Amino acid sequence: MANTNRCLLSVDNLKTYFPIRKGLLRRTVGYIKAVDGISFGIGAGQALGLVGESGCGKTTVARSIVRLVPPTEGKVVFDQVDVLSADRDELRELRRQISLIFQDPFSSLNPRMTVGNIIGEPLKIQKKTASREVTERVAVLLSKVGLSPGHINRYPHEFSGGQRQRIGIARALALEPKLVICDEPVSALDVSIQSQILNLLKDLQEEFGLTYLFIAHDLAVIEFSCDIVAVMYMGRIVEQAAAEELYRNPLHPYTSALMSAIPQVDPSLRGRRTALGGEVPSAFNPPAGCPFHPRCPSANSVCRKQMPALEEKSDYEGHFVACWRKGQ
Amino acid sequence: MVGNGTLLSVENVSTHFFSEEGVTRAVQDVSFSIQKGKTFALVGESGCGKSVTALSIMRLVPAPGGKIVGGQIVFEGENLSALSEKQMRDVRGNKIAMIFQEPMTSLNPVYTVGNQIVEAIRLHQKKSTGRAWADAAEMLRKVGIADPDRRVREYPHQMSGGMRQRVMIAMAVSCEPTLLIADEPTTALDVTIQAQILDLLDELQKQNGMSILLITHDLGVVAERADDVAVMYASRIAEVADSRPLFAEPLHPYTQGLLKSLPRLGLSDKRLRTIPGTVPEPLHFPGGCKFHPRCPIGFDDKRCQTIEPELREVRPGRRVGCWYAPGYETKEEFKEYESKYGEHKSVPAEC
Repeated sequence: MANTNRCLLSVDNLKTYFPIRKGLLRRTVGYIKAVDGISFGIGAGQALGLVGESGCGKTTVARSIVRLVPPTEGKVVFDQVDVLSADRDELRELRRQISLIFQDPFSSLNPRMTVGNIIGEPLKIQKKTASREVTERVAVLLSKVGLSPGHINRYPHEFSGGQRQRIGIARALALEPKLVICDEPVSALDVSIQSQILNLLKDLQEEFGLTYLFIAHDLAVIEFSCDIVAVMYMGRIVEQAAAEELYRNPLHPYTSALMSAIPQVDPSLRGRRTALGGEVPSAFNPPAGCPFHPRCPSANSVCRKQMPALEEKSDYEGHFVACWRKGQ
Repeated sequence: MVGNGTLLSVENVSTHFFSEEGVTRAVQDVSFSIQKGKTFALVGESGCGKSVTALSIMRLVPAPGGKIVGGQIVFEGENLSALSEKQMRDVRGNKIAMIFQEPMTSLNPVYTVGNQIVEAIRLHQKKSTGRAWADAAEMLRKVGIADPDRRVREYPHQMSGGMRQRVMIAMAVSCEPTLLIADEPTTALDVTIQAQILDLLDELQKQNGMSILLITHDLGVVAERADDVAVMYASRIAEVADSRPLFAEPLHPYTQGLLKSLPRLGLSDKRLRTIPGTVPEPLHFPGGCKFHPRCPIGFDDKRCQTIEPELREVRPGRRVGCWYAPGYETKEEFKEYESKYGEHKSVPAEC
């Protein structure tokens, strides 16, 4: 899908299953299908947003791409290199080009290291840079993310949440990566700080030509930051389209429900919600057919038996949806 | 301040924490009142004092260290600060109940949820164990848990986050409180579950006629649910109003900045507006108006830097604490300003 010439990352039918072990012999009695056949592509310089509720597998997708968890099946090609069959050296090089920004700026920075060491460590490990050059580079990075280079000898606890997230961003940029995976980069931050960080990420993308895989549960954040949006539900992509198109014309009932569940900052819009009943089913025991059918307002007998495939069902090019009820 | 329909009024309450590092003025001079059957929202960012305000109402400020140093809290015509600890226990959990943000940690993992609800009921009401268990199951049904007779014997770990929050709510409303304090009740939940929980609170409010003090950082939740709103910043109330006029025309620069900085669906601009700087640490609040270092008007204003503006009513039902809010300054203050600092600044049209 979306195999453009300049495709930087392409993920094809990625599956990551975690075994469920039981009994004395820890025999495998089943699998949790955290990621169950996901495909997408990100062009160079683009931002793709993965959105979904907790437990839908969005973080597992990110971790599978850099092989922090071993994928079960599928293909991941980054810049013409097959990630899943890469050997140790190739993998090391890949991890130089793909970096991560984490959700929690409090637990993702080592409290015993100075800011200079936190940001400089990847340089020392990956590039064997001389320490004087490291200091210079760290100072540059700090000013790029809006911190004072004078903060280089301070420790993480001396900073606020937003500033710590900036340190995390500087660390992610230290090796001049091509792809940055942002895993819920603003959800732990205060409202007035979120917009600062979102703007910063956008500026850095322009300045360094970065490609983002953006993971968030907040559709408004995704809309602001991304070109393409993929909505995940129980390990699968249920809808994918250009951001503008998706928000104007959501086809999957889950996407519509997610959008209407977001509280609007306007009291005159009260009561316009279509409440979604039920909860996300247990991954131990997923429902048959379309995984969304127990909560879907328009499910019929087909939905209960067969899994719909992700297909282009709108007139709009590149708008994919996995739903039996659409396009009939 | 106590009108006919007023259930709770908080008057000039200040709560401080005393430690070796100094005095943390977590809540300063906070006043508001909650009407019967209405939802009052306290909204603000982390560390602004909204949770400590709630704990002050419950008289649960962590001691030693924390202390309510001034003001009074009047609930149903009774001054809570004058009650003995024993009398306060009758109020707490009975007339005023509270639910917390983290449904995972606020339930006891070694007791069944039924046990925990029964404990709350039997503490405040003379009921037999059998009756209380039947009530507990009935409460679970009321909060929308399917198969309550089975669920009542389950442990918290057997339930999802949304269900645990429903159990918390069941426990809180089991004694039919007149005031429910909900401290970030949906922050730990997914958006679709958040909507369900907020709907549930609405429904229970309609049934029991209780008032809700909703504490949140989410302006969207406030806009959808609250009747009255107080915006808190750095231990003080910046602005209080009915929710409609507040969102239509925010008067405090902090409220204005917050509303503009939110990414919203369908309004994708190239850049978001931001409030510069960071939320100040309670131990190191700036002098003068606490918002001045981040304020588009006040950052270089001598008066904003030195004198803290108190909360004043600038038009009916709207109180705000900002020197530059329309209608705030008195004529005398206007003259005094000119004699001290020279000419007034013109307020940018943005504000």
